[in-house]
Amino acid sequence: MMNTPEHLSYTKSHEWVLFAADGSAKVGLTDHAQDALGDLVFVNLPQVGDALTCGEALGDVESVKAVSDVYSPVSGTVKAVNEDLLDAPEAINADPYGAWLVEVEDITDREELLDAAAYEAHCAQEG
Amino acid sequence: MEKKTPLYDRHEALGGKIVPFAGYLLPVQYPTGVIAEHMAVRTAAGLFDVSHMGELVFTGPDALQNLNHMLTNDFTGMADGQVRYSPMCNDAGGCVDDLIVYKVREETYLVVVNAANKDKDAAWMAEHLTGACRMKDISETVAQVALQGPKSKEILLKLVGEEDLPKKYYSFVPAVMVGGIRCLVSRTGYTGEFGYELYCAAGEGPALWDLLLETGKEAGLIPCGLGARDTLRLEAAMPLYGHELTDDIGPLEAGLDFAIKLGKEDFIGKAGLESRLPLTKVRVGLEVTGRGIVREHQDIYIGDRLAGQTTSGTHAPFLGKAIAMAYLSPEDAVEGKQVEVDVRGRRVACKVVPLPFYKR
Repeated sequence: MMNTPEHLSYTKSHEWVLFAADGSAKVGLTDHAQDALGDLVFVNLPQVGDALTCGEALGDVESVKAVSDVYSPVSGTVKAVNEDLLDAPEAINADPYGAWLVEVEDITDREELLDAAAYEAHCAQEG
Repeated sequence: MEKKTPLYDRHEALGGKIVPFAGYLLPVQYPTGVIAEHMAVRTAAGLFDVSHMGELVFTGPDALQNLNHMLTNDFTGMADGQVRYSPMCNDAGGCVDDLIVYKVREETYLVVVNAANKDKDAAWMAEHLTGACRMKDISETVAQVALQGPKSKEILLKLVGEEDLPKKYYSFVPAVMVGGIRCLVSRTGYTGEFGYELYCAAGEGPALWDLLLETGKEAGLIPCGLGARDTLRLEAAMPLYGHELTDDIGPLEAGLDFAIKLGKEDFIGKAGLESRLPLTKVRVGLEVTGRGIVREHQDIYIGDRLAGQTTSGTHAPFLGKAIAMAYLSPEDAVEGKQVEVDVRGRRVACKVVPLPFYKR
């Protein structure tokens, strides 16, 4: 059964976003995404200070079988990257909502985001 | 429209992630995931549906002569119950396919070919058939499963006697009753691990699959998909047609000299193979020393010079590192040679290492 926490926002490309009170945001991959990708073995993340544009790739993740881009749900500046994932990408499979990829600040724009119910409906539609 | 193997319903019931492959719907993985499936084969046992493979039977007084003419290996003097690997070359010394030949008895051989190439192979072989030899495609009537891993023998011994099992690597027993199901059992596989492949009538495939899974459960046997099949063969550096072997890339470049008998009577591709010597490129192993995973069809650089291309690459679960196979000039194919691979615009450092990456 897919896990879709209510307090997060979602993109159609299967990222989650958690906005903080200070306007920054953490971004990760959804449970649906990690399940579809399979065992993750590599993540390629941007560097602190990099500018991100919403809808464009911020990095990529690789399963044993294939590579997939991760799209930034927001435009802004990379405040922090989750360096633990570089050595332990499997944490995304184990705990997709704990294993954030990047934290973004100075956010100027955002994708059209879905709430949990709309995201689940979107996943169901994709099949 | 993709075909289903006789085991399709089992894959669905087990939660397999079904993908189209070589014209068939097959599981790329089960809920356990590729890594767990890969590790099961290295440490316990895994069961694969390989019913998509093609089976061609050659019979007649000239069967042997035909195989010797169409394939690069030499099948003269094979004993009944022996298996032999061979490339099949085109005139230019490139590869039509690679396959294995089972000698059932005098004048009767079973040839097992890649699913993706079956129709092409059958057409090519029919076109080159001479004398008193018949070829029959029995693929649709056969189910094939691969039981691979160090525990595979103890699992089978719960169902059959020691004397029913083929002892030597690349040998087979033509008719073994496995839980009442008549099987051909061979000590072959595509994982680099100890194991068997079992062939039975298509209709009995599901019963054989269920029986093996149930019998092997205690020993840690799990069903495995195409994903693990690929990572396992890659660790073992076994070539895959369409990657390390193609119409252009022949068995000499791939380093399959053990299966090329240039000294035997003339055969298809002999002149083409000889014309390729000395070789301009050879198959090498690459180990990623930088950060990233190298995949197929990525360019290899030495400084600014384009030195070659990768043919397969993955994260190797048992070795715990990223590996790839590639072609480089013999001058560059030196153990320890430092190269860089262009991974989607990013240069990833690799070094040339000996093959296979993994040997049991």
